[in-house]
Amino acid sequence: MLCNAERICAKIDNSLLFSLKLSVQVATVATVFVVIVGLSAAYLLSRKNFSGKELLDILLTLPLVLPPTVAGYYLIVLFGRNGLLGLHLYAWTGWSIMFTWYAAVLASFVVALPLMVKTARAAIESVDENFIRASYTLGHSEYWTALKVILPLARKGIIAGTILSFARAMGEFGATLMIAGNIPGRTNTMPLAIYSAAGSGDRSQATIMVIVFTLFSGFFLYFANKLSRRVL
Amino acid sequence: MTKKIIVLLLISFFASVLPVATTRAETTTEITVSAAISLKNAFEEIGKLYESQNKNTKVLFNLGASGDLVTQIEGVAPIDVFASAALKDMDELESAGFVVKDSRTNFVANSVVLIVPSSSTIAISSFEGLKKPEIKKVAVGNPKTVPAGRYAAEILQYYKISDTIQNKLIFAENVRQVLDYVNRGEVDAGIVYSTDAMVKQQEVKIILTAPEASHKPIIYPIAVVKGTKNERAAKSFIALVTSEEGQKILSKYGFKPIASAK
Repeated sequence: MLCNAERICAKIDNSLLFSLKLSVQVATVATVFVVIVGLSAAYLLSRKNFSGKELLDILLTLPLVLPPTVAGYYLIVLFGRNGLLGLHLYAWTGWSIMFTWYAAVLASFVVALPLMVKTARAAIESVDENFIRASYTLGHSEYWTALKVILPLARKGIIAGTILSFARAMGEFGATLMIAGNIPGRTNTMPLAIYSAAGSGDRSQATIMVIVFTLFSGFFLYFANKLSRRVL
Repeated sequence: MTKKIIVLLLISFFASVLPVATTRAETTTEITVSAAISLKNAFEEIGKLYESQNKNTKVLFNLGASGDLVTQIEGVAPIDVFASAALKDMDELESAGFVVKDSRTNFVANSVVLIVPSSSTIAISSFEGLKKPEIKKVAVGNPKTVPAGRYAAEILQYYKISDTIQNKLIFAENVRQVLDYVNRGEVDAGIVYSTDAMVKQQEVKIILTAPEASHKPIIYPIAVVKGTKNERAAKSFIALVTSEEGQKILSKYGFKPIASAK
């Protein structure tokens, strides 16, 4: 009896740890891409003029307004095995992103990107133009100026955007369920594992996971606040 | 600016509240039937028939995996009738005290089939064929909540291939999702009810029907949920399902009658 209980506990611990680890892994990788793509997009949108600029802005912001299920549906249409892009990928490599943890990263990336773009764009736009002109006058290239003048001055917004994106990526559920599925031991991130446990009436496991996830998120916010206060 | 935003928010708030208040006033009797999603097409037709026979009663359907539906009812969802794709889920609900005594009856039977996308070029003729390396992904229902997934797990165990193909399994939230994965070609094969495969005859190809010995008998029970405010309407809906007319509709969608159905 005792052994049985221990075995159940061990099973809960293992699957819980896996889900938590996967969630952090997915959110971290997604955030790295969000920072790279989001910053580039924010820079373009705030400092450049080109045709289709407003359209790009709307496209990048849409996932914030649309429900994740809509984002998930678009991703299926694009990246599914018979999707517009997925079809060619599958024909070439015999590999499909569907039902892999990369799909979870993709879903998190898409829904978290707008938070980065919006906050970073506002931060870059509020950088004093005089500093930028001074840098150019001193003969520095645009690339150098962007890296050494604009980004450091806009770091408040960029850090806030990064924290928001990571938080959003951690909590991503709808689009992930649609394109990564809910596969135990492979793609079941914390939100999906909690959904499964609650759906199958496994109250005790759901409760444990909810508490662990809440505590983890609380700690994350605490350290994020502390870190950003030190940097600023 | 702030004033405008507040006004807008207030307007949208009232706009969202008002319609509910007005529609409430004119409701007639409404019954909500929680049914296994494999029953979708057949039950929707029976629901229409019921509404045409009982003019002021509306039938609403809440479709999903039987396991999910049980959890909802146990969370005291306002459900009047429950129809499950397996005896196990109904047993669970009954032992938790959520079933009206003597209202429970078995009404239909089903079988399980192995399907592939009709565009598939992989040669497969048996469940053992799932071991082939060309088959990379096999969709089944999540055995925790989806009865079709439990039957699939039993079949894989029967053929002693559950360990070998464990890594290929893609779990879906309900049986229609399995059907959709196969239909879209996201997976190479899937295990669904024969009645589901009939819904997408053009898009999926049936390889074979699982022999009855390979899994528990697939029997659908139906019952009135305790706490219903429309017990009479709920009972008459079940009566229609088990009547000759109801059974005719069910068999049109491929369900098989069972001896004990009254």
